[in-house]
Amino acid sequence: MSARNRELLGLVPASLLLTGGFAAVFIQRQAVLSDLSLTYGAIFLGLCLAAHVVIRLTLPHADPYLFPLVALLASFGLVMIYRIDEDLARQQAQWFVVGLALFAVTIVVFRDYRRLERYRYTIAAVSIALLLLPRVPGIGVQTNGAYLGVRGPGFVFQPTEFAKIGIIIFLASYLRDTRQVLVQGSRRILGVTLPPLKHFGPLLVVWGAAMVLLVFIRDLGSSLMFFGAFIALLYVATNRLSFVVVGLGMFGLGAWFFAGTVGHVSDRIEAWQTPFDHAVYDRVGGSYQLAQSLFAQADGGLFGQGFGQAILDLPRGGSLLPAPQTDLIYAVITDELGLVGACGVLLVYLMIAQRGFKIATLARDSFSTLLAAGLTAVFALQVFVIVGGVTKVIPLTGVTLPFVSYGGSSIVANFVLLALLLLVSDRARRPA
Amino acid sequence: MTTPIVRLFALVVVLFAVLVGFTSRWTVFEAKSLRDNPLNRRALLDELTIKRGLIRAADGSVLARSVPAGGGTWRRTYPPGDLFAQTVGLSFPARGIANSGLERSRNDALLGRRNELSSIFQQLRGQRRVGDDVETTLDPAAQRTAIAGLAGRAGSVVALDPRTGAVRVMTSIPSFDPNAFRVARTAPGSPILNRATQASYPPGSTFKVVTAAAALDTGRYTPDSVVDGSSPQTFSGVPLNNDGGQSFGPITLTQALTFSVNTVWARVGESLGKRTMGDYMKRFGFYAKPELDYPRDQMLASGEYFRGRLLPPESPRIDTARLAIGQDKLQVTPLQMAEVAAAVANGGRLMKPKLTARVVDTDGRTRDRIGPEVQRQVMKPSSARALGAMMSRVVAEGTGTAAALQGIEVAGKTGTAQVGPAGGNLTQPWFIAFAPVVRPRVAIAVTVERTDGGFGGTEAAPIAAQVMQVLLRQGG
Repeated sequence: MSARNRELLGLVPASLLLTGGFAAVFIQRQAVLSDLSLTYGAIFLGLCLAAHVVIRLTLPHADPYLFPLVALLASFGLVMIYRIDEDLARQQAQWFVVGLALFAVTIVVFRDYRRLERYRYTIAAVSIALLLLPRVPGIGVQTNGAYLGVRGPGFVFQPTEFAKIGIIIFLASYLRDTRQVLVQGSRRILGVTLPPLKHFGPLLVVWGAAMVLLVFIRDLGSSLMFFGAFIALLYVATNRLSFVVVGLGMFGLGAWFFAGTVGHVSDRIEAWQTPFDHAVYDRVGGSYQLAQSLFAQADGGLFGQGFGQAILDLPRGGSLLPAPQTDLIYAVITDELGLVGACGVLLVYLMIAQRGFKIATLARDSFSTLLAAGLTAVFALQVFVIVGGVTKVIPLTGVTLPFVSYGGSSIVANFVLLALLLLVSDRARRPA
Repeated sequence: MTTPIVRLFALVVVLFAVLVGFTSRWTVFEAKSLRDNPLNRRALLDELTIKRGLIRAADGSVLARSVPAGGGTWRRTYPPGDLFAQTVGLSFPARGIANSGLERSRNDALLGRRNELSSIFQQLRGQRRVGDDVETTLDPAAQRTAIAGLAGRAGSVVALDPRTGAVRVMTSIPSFDPNAFRVARTAPGSPILNRATQASYPPGSTFKVVTAAAALDTGRYTPDSVVDGSSPQTFSGVPLNNDGGQSFGPITLTQALTFSVNTVWARVGESLGKRTMGDYMKRFGFYAKPELDYPRDQMLASGEYFRGRLLPPESPRIDTARLAIGQDKLQVTPLQMAEVAAAVANGGRLMKPKLTARVVDTDGRTRDRIGPEVQRQVMKPSSARALGAMMSRVVAEGTGTAAALQGIEVAGKTGTAQVGPAGGNLTQPWFIAFAPVVRPRVAIAVTVERTDGGFGGTEAAPIAAQVMQVLLRQGG
């Protein structure tokens, strides 16, 4: 079976999941099964088929599993959001269409994605600017103390989602040029291979940028995601563990220092360490969110309470679980589908990561390898940062769960990321 | 660059494994402590937003039901008012009071909490969670008769089916209207207290049934054994009198039970010894809380109490002779005395008492059937038969003739405990019984808290007769 036919087949389960999921929510709401769920399933399948045709025409050799996996996540996300709030689901569906459109545009416009290398400094500058945008007075939006949003006409735009792609493109291109230099001239000191001091320069620059991010956007999670992706790329480019060790050490030191000085960050860390402390729990921006996330998960147990069964709101108005459609959507999933359902979702992400890294190993040039590895790493790290935050592995921060959380910027940016991965894949697997 | 990419993927796998580990921690390993966390109000919200199941009497009538209270919440009402107030208990989570009674002991069923696997099927069917109904073994007609019999006097009636342990009647007077429980909390006479399981009363001579069981079952005595029934006799250095100072001379144990001769049973108890008495008390369920499906903190263990604490059966503070006639520091619950009667009735085999017959879901399917369970073989069937024959003489010609029923042989034992200041005339009448003597279907304990010189045979026995008559008329 050809790759494209496998992809086509893979879209069927995603559509079935969407149909079944909507059916479950409908039954739970009205105790009747309307054919509306079939309609939704058909529309979703139609949209995916359109995207599939675009891939079939333009990228015949691209990885066949990535798009169906993403469709699975997106359909799952739509059902969860619909169950939380119908209006949000309608908006999310619109963003899904926009995302697919931009996905097609990316594929067509950047068919030769290596042209991106030419604009690497422009891309880097734009990305940094995007990251700092939320601090610009008047348009910046502060949520829970972190600066992650920009007010657009009628919606809030999350520049970090796009900046992560730009930064990865820049790093992949930059490291392709310098990786040889970084590896050469290493010395072994006490059994540890150390590159010459001067080559720590770029590392220091990016570290500085991560610290600036931490201070300016005050978000430990995003800064961890960016710096982590950078370290991962540096490691792939040089195969030197010493960079990783030194880099992580520097990040840890910096985070420790700023945690003590930047109020919002230290609040988040305190909430993470003692979520059930009454004073911390009651404080504005305290541990209420994390504690409620854990309580919601405890209700889920092994198999969950079932679609639509989680308690999200208080009976007489007000919400029990804050931000269920964005930051805490993983907690809602765990509550309703249990440990088993949550593991299923994580498994889908892991499969996407596996396909991404596979693309990186198949790529025939360094830029392509680094680009695929970087995009995959930043994607996987984003999942780790938000799920880790919700499950108290690390302090909770406000990044989205890719393709599942509600959020236009997130879904559109991640479709662009997917398009780039498929572009790399098509070139790598094209018969010579 | 393949090697570092593979390693990077391995790292991602490790990171995701950590996520799975932490998710398991919250959903499975630490789920219980999270649910019990005082900051967690989800259980309370559950109780407010889930429609609790009905609680029904054995005849199908509704004892508790939930009605909409606005905003997607539910409120409990108790249609029969004060009839089963303490037994059914209260569930008013919105008022910030803890559930009590059956509302607490069957809370999981009433909220529809199931095991994990059945919740999957429920989820596949997309059903909203609703509570299951709890069908009790309680009999409203007999309960009404018991309440009418007590006629407003504080006291308690407990009736069991000796074959199954099913609680048919559980009366505690004064009672209260659960729909207006706020008044009850401050009302005189502690109506919230379930006297059937929480009161500690001196059992009086009804306890002689336990002593008699020990005497026969050890083989040391037979119903025809002759013991000196003269009065007074000295035990533990203090003289002990028979009722009214009556002196009987040498009489059989059957006669001694029929006329409730204190000196004979004190002598028997003393000769059996502390250890044997303690052993048989434990067999009957004394010294432990009843194994009833009822909240443990709403039940008391029966036994010898000193300064509010249960004494161990071997304690030197126990005066075995006076224990044997239900005096000393002995304190019992009416439920425990009903269990004593039931054990004798059921061939010496004590069944676990139970209030619930079955749990039924909204589609009428039985979720859980609470079948009869043996708590303990208290004595040999032959001992139980002999003891039953002795007790039937009590009703036929002794102190308990007021409990006689037309055409049905009844076995029983009276008791009249002195209460209040020494030398006063205040008494607590008791009667325990079972019927029919052959193949018994009902066992009962009745007590009236305080009468002015009333006797078990005159105050308590007639109530027992009326309640047993109602229960026996229904067949079964």
